[in-house]
Amino acid sequence: MIKLTVNKQMYQLDVDPQMPMLWVLRDVLGLTGTKFGCAVAQCGACTIHLNGEAVRSCVTRAERANGQHITTIEGLSKDSSHPLQKAWLEFDVPQCGYCQSGQIMTAAVLLREIPDPTDADIDDAMSGNLCRCGTYQRIKKAIHRAAGLQKEGVGHE
Amino acid sequence: MNNLTTDRRSFLKSGAILGGGLLISFVIPPKLRGLLASDTESAAVLVPNAFLKVNADNTINIFLAHSEMGQGIWTSLSMLIADELDANLKDIRVEHAPAAPEYKHTIVDFQITGASTTTYSEFDRYRYAGATARWLLVAAAAKKMGVGFSDCRTENGFVIAGGKRIPYGELVGPAAKLTPPAKIALKKPEEWKYIGHNIRRLDGLPKVNGTAVFGIDVKGDDLLIATVVHSQVIGSKIDSYDDSEAKKVPGIVAVLQVPTGIAVLARDYYTANKAKKLLKINWSKSDYETFSSQDLTESSKLLVEADGMPAVKKGNVDLAGFKAWKTVESTYTFPYLTHVPMEPLNATVKISSDKKSCEIWTGTQLPGNEQAVAAKILGISPGQVKIHTTFLGGGFGRRVNPQSDWVTEAVEIAKASGRFIKMIWAREDDIKGQYYRPQYVHKVKVALNEKGLPEVWHHNLAGQAIYQEHGWVFNVKNGIDQSSVEGMADSQYLDAIPNVFMGVHTTKSPVSVLWLRSVGHTHTAFVMETMIDQLAQVAGKDAVEYRRLLLSESPRSLAVLNLAAEKSGWGKPLPEGHYQGVAVQASFKSYVAQVVEVSLDQANNIIVHKVTCAIDCGLNVNPENIKSQMESGIVFGLSMAKYGEVTITRGRVDQNNFYDYKIVRMNETPVMDVYLVPYTGQEMGGVGETAVPPLAPALANALFKATGRRFHSLPLMNQFINTTKS
Repeated sequence: MIKLTVNKQMYQLDVDPQMPMLWVLRDVLGLTGTKFGCAVAQCGACTIHLNGEAVRSCVTRAERANGQHITTIEGLSKDSSHPLQKAWLEFDVPQCGYCQSGQIMTAAVLLREIPDPTDADIDDAMSGNLCRCGTYQRIKKAIHRAAGLQKEGVGHE
Repeated sequence: MNNLTTDRRSFLKSGAILGGGLLISFVIPPKLRGLLASDTESAAVLVPNAFLKVNADNTINIFLAHSEMGQGIWTSLSMLIADELDANLKDIRVEHAPAAPEYKHTIVDFQITGASTTTYSEFDRYRYAGATARWLLVAAAAKKMGVGFSDCRTENGFVIAGGKRIPYGELVGPAAKLTPPAKIALKKPEEWKYIGHNIRRLDGLPKVNGTAVFGIDVKGDDLLIATVVHSQVIGSKIDSYDDSEAKKVPGIVAVLQVPTGIAVLARDYYTANKAKKLLKINWSKSDYETFSSQDLTESSKLLVEADGMPAVKKGNVDLAGFKAWKTVESTYTFPYLTHVPMEPLNATVKISSDKKSCEIWTGTQLPGNEQAVAAKILGISPGQVKIHTTFLGGGFGRRVNPQSDWVTEAVEIAKASGRFIKMIWAREDDIKGQYYRPQYVHKVKVALNEKGLPEVWHHNLAGQAIYQEHGWVFNVKNGIDQSSVEGMADSQYLDAIPNVFMGVHTTKSPVSVLWLRSVGHTHTAFVMETMIDQLAQVAGKDAVEYRRLLLSESPRSLAVLNLAAEKSGWGKPLPEGHYQGVAVQASFKSYVAQVVEVSLDQANNIIVHKVTCAIDCGLNVNPENIKSQMESGIVFGLSMAKYGEVTITRGRVDQNNFYDYKIVRMNETPVMDVYLVPYTGQEMGGVGETAVPPLAPALANALFKATGRRFHSLPLMNQFINTTKS
């Protein structure tokens, strides 16, 4: 039995402790905002927060989340008001949109750790997240914008 | 324009004329009306045509004949209707249309998203659709208010006359009883409120909060996840298999054979995938166990030494008889490429208990084809197969397969198991799953006259014929597959060259092929634009200046070339160790030029600093989205140029996942600066694919300046130059 908190809600799940959190979230809990891209921690589409740290849910086993706190894109803000979500919309970042949950979840940890990141900080933090539509330039601009919004105290959290 | 090779363009042009509003189906068959209406709907609704519905609560549903895969048509097609209807964008709800004849493309006779045609091919149809609805609402309002039609105006979802404003929702009942006239005037460009303005994506919100539904996200009661084991050797089939270990995995529901492999069904992907790895399969011997992609390259190199089937022939092409000032000769090789959309291929299939109907949820660019293929497998009529097109987690050509490979497999699994299934491919299934951009070899010999200008252009290529292999003969002209020669046989440079031969050798291979974003231009633009660059160098001329000489009769190419050159500071001093390369390519009826600025670091790593891009696509319907698409194409082109390569050894695909089929990451992404040529009445062209073609040649041309070496093949990672910062 795995006990964990996902987006502030407690769950007790009878799942294989070896099951990656990606599939616990998607196929057991029905939280499909976290995406499957490669299953080998190469693309970042499955990025979630485990106790506030960005992890690849495709290689994070359920047993590692036992007793821990998970946040997914669905729980990042109540009403899509996180500064990153606002900035993403302002800069028209998403194209196909498939990778963007993972991009935003990675960026959220970056912004918490480095509230005013440089381009190099953003490259370092974000280069593990692939985007086949090539939205990288807009992601970078949006992260700078979100840093500004965060400083102004705009948005949730 | 080169009058020898205008077949494809004239085909598109005649199609565009047909699309001029005449093909709109304003009669909604009762069956389709049922598909468009929701179950809970009250009777009061206005469905003036297949493309929109105005509801009593003032909301408007827009039905897209094309699929949103990132290119922004969710927004641009809605803008077309909203402008003519004077609708408020916040009232609009967008959805993909079902597979139905009403949504056939205005140029080709089936429902498809492709060839960067969506916005221009729908420009009239969607505007007329909106204008018709507006006419009906105004006529109903005029009657209700007892005023003349011309006394009414519309704004933001209201009909206004005198001091009175009636919301559209209150008019839908009476409007639905009226018949629109055959001819309705469209707005003048100066009246557009949305078209030509930057409109934020209407699909933005669900794509930043995790609620956007892609095919892989489809849910349902009793839905099982299916994974599939595919053969690792091309052409190999299952002789026998032992599933005893696999079936011991707790949670396995079924293991079954389908024509393309062994499927494993479970409640979740993890369990299905775990069991899949425990299957013991005896594969048959394949005729292709000795096939290698390298051998195909070598045999193609021999082919291009001789003339192929002529695609272009003008003037005297006997090089031997020409007294050249100088000759330049190069051979070019290109590998197989795969699309790797971020969302692995998947489909969800539910066959009704009486087996007489079926529903399919998938991200597809070809819904009618999926429908027909599923119907055939199930022995039912296409009308009994309902296709729900979800958002596409990237397409790039992979989700427009006339063989319907992944939908076929999913339907076979649903049929064999009798279960409601969602089939999900692993990334390895995608990368090894073929339907690649073909390999090509080109050989070009050019004779220059004493002015340094090309006098004879002699060119042969060898490669697989994509359209022919899929039976899409409308893009095969006199035996020449347009995917092999587009971008060279219709190159605007040819207008300035008196003697031209271009020949095609169509090769066969066991590897199935497919179009990849910008299709033929992925290789032809590289050959044309690196060769032109080389000719400029031999002639001792500046690369931009030389192109200007050759493009003097091609004003739109010239304009984007000049714009990109000016904005990039071409010819002006650059930081030390920085070099610029240029390329310009017309594709999909648009014109794009790019200047790429590079340097090499001490370890010989390529650093791409900046790409300056100029596009002329005629009317810029949603300018910010065009810029997004240019950025997208540049990054796509950079991935292709640096890393793109699928190789096959002894019948097996060598690549597996993103660690060995690499695509560009953020730390390799250049600054991208995009400029749009203003609209002054030019013919509209495509956008989605058009930034891909110039990137690789512009990069190779910049690298020539940086290294003194000409790069004649892709990808660059194999050519003694480092491609990644590490």
